[in-house]
Amino acid sequence: MTTILINTTAHSAGYTDKLLLPHWAEIVKIIPEAEGVTTFQLKFTDPEVQNRYRFEPGQFNMFYIPGYGEAAISMSSDLETANGLLVHTIRHIGNVTKATSRLKIGDTVGIRGPFGTSWPLDAIKGMDVVIACGGIGLPPLRGAIHRIIRNRDKYGKVTLLYGARTPKDLMYPTEYKTWQKADIDMQVTVDRGDEDWTGRVGVVPMWFYHFRVDPHKTAVLTCGPEIMMRFVIYEALARRIPAEHIYISLERNMKCGQGACGHCQQGPYFICKDGPVFPFSALENIFNVEEY
Amino acid sequence: MTEKNLVLGSSVAFLKSELDLLMTDLRKNGFQTVGPHLQDESIVYSKIDGLKDLPRGILSEQNPASYRMIQTGKDRYFDFIPGSQSWKQFLFPPRHTLFTAEKVGKWQFVENEDPAPRYALIGVRACELAAIQVQDKVFLRDDFSDSIYRSRREGLFILAVNCLDPDATCFCVSMGTGPRLAAGFDLCVTELDEVFLVEVGSELGRSVLASRTFDLPSAFAQNTANQAMERATNSMVRTMDTTDLPHLLTAQLEAERWAEVGKRCLSCANCTLVCPTCFCWDATDHVDILGKSTRRERVWDSCFNPNYSYVVGGNTRPNIRSRYRQWLTHKLGTWKKQFDIQGCVGCGRCITWCPARIDLTEEVAAIRAEVKT
Repeated sequence: MTTILINTTAHSAGYTDKLLLPHWAEIVKIIPEAEGVTTFQLKFTDPEVQNRYRFEPGQFNMFYIPGYGEAAISMSSDLETANGLLVHTIRHIGNVTKATSRLKIGDTVGIRGPFGTSWPLDAIKGMDVVIACGGIGLPPLRGAIHRIIRNRDKYGKVTLLYGARTPKDLMYPTEYKTWQKADIDMQVTVDRGDEDWTGRVGVVPMWFYHFRVDPHKTAVLTCGPEIMMRFVIYEALARRIPAEHIYISLERNMKCGQGACGHCQQGPYFICKDGPVFPFSALENIFNVEEY
Repeated sequence: MTEKNLVLGSSVAFLKSELDLLMTDLRKNGFQTVGPHLQDESIVYSKIDGLKDLPRGILSEQNPASYRMIQTGKDRYFDFIPGSQSWKQFLFPPRHTLFTAEKVGKWQFVENEDPAPRYALIGVRACELAAIQVQDKVFLRDDFSDSIYRSRREGLFILAVNCLDPDATCFCVSMGTGPRLAAGFDLCVTELDEVFLVEVGSELGRSVLASRTFDLPSAFAQNTANQAMERATNSMVRTMDTTDLPHLLTAQLEAERWAEVGKRCLSCANCTLVCPTCFCWDATDHVDILGKSTRRERVWDSCFNPNYSYVVGGNTRPNIRSRYRQWLTHKLGTWKKQFDIQGCVGCGRCITWCPARIDLTEEVAAIRAEVKT
């Protein structure tokens, strides 16, 4: 594959050889996040692995529960903010991720990674940033938010559009104040409100009509249901933001994380190694082909 | 002829019984000899000990969804065209344990390092060697090196065989992979009625051949072999127009033909299992009843299986139309961009073994015709 889309850190916890063997990690902390969503903080059992493990926000690990199998899960914090702990926010919906709901502090799981491309946080320095995410699409972007906050002066206007199904489904609510204090314009919207909800009801892409972007210096980072991302892309393109500056994180079935098992192949890419984060310019010919 | 005359590229002739002894030599040197064997009226690849295990006097007759063996009674061992199996089952085993883990307080791995078997492949055809070279590009990359594949590939001995009697489903000429071997083997055999002509392709091949009894082939024998190979090339009836193939397919993702072939395809996955280049796999846990020990196993998978593309919310390719399109546009299209090599070698297995008689050469022609109309 000649197209290198985004620089990726090497498999820093990786192996030169046994790329399919996980490292054991221990659950250190469990935080119930929302209905059916839990955040796990983990530490590698082997101190040497713990020391050398690095990743970039947007990358993912293969999260292994012995007896159940593996699931591709994005890191949902950066290492610095989490004091060196690995953080995964998991929605309990599939075979493996349902099994994670029964994990207790002290349990061991397997971790392989990090895999894939990351959010282009260096390339977009100096630009305005619009982060548009929905549902479980926020965790893969939270590490990027942390990183932007720690280097806040390197970025222009930062807007965070976040949508969830109901107010109960909103994740990391205690952090919103910190984010807003860091001069992030955060806009939250839900599909259905409840009796206490006074905020906005609606979908994420429509928020583009509530503020002005400068297409020459705006980057869009989006992650969430594909239908949401599709409309985020429409709105961004309609504002003349170039496809090269619209970054999208894709989800596909993955078994290896290294472009070897075939599952996530789509057109000329393996989503696991050429993605999951792509500039939309790399997907223009395939993203809207139904069932491709 | 003495040993010192043997160099890379040398061709010699030996009696067929010498191949028997050569296989014995290989086994003495730690190789498992595997090759074609007649079993249940079909050619399979399995452990073989010598000439007696090879399919003597057998011709194959392959057509879409049809496979027959014909007895000729001749003292010839490689007249048939390979069956459903390919060598990928040795380099990329259909089932292989990735690791075993036990919960003793915490989860830990159980050390289990069985040395990889060292195979000598007897009777590798040109398209099959090309297929191995395609899988080399998949499994032995700069950014990913598959230890299971590599451990088998590195110690491999390849005795190749030139095809002299292609079947009706073969189209290696179109794909530029055969029927004649060019390089990449240790020894290459062309079978004549009386003798095998043997070409030396590597130092390992030279040293194995050196301890056998052989002669310089006469011009007549060489000529007979060359004519037979030319006949084989010219007799290949099936063709595929590969002009601009990757682009043709990726530009035709909405062709009407996909819906049409999607109605005929049963999504049975036969084509991907018999394909010598298809490399997809799944990994599953086999856990004991107490949940205290588990064995993680890698198994062949297929893009035609409904679970293959499952993500939360459903299958991203729920229709057979999209699965067939996925398979063909990858194999003959975007594969080239990913691995810098074409994914199809023209062996024709997917044509012979498709129960619905779907023929990818016809499908490509139909899509090409759609562009022209």
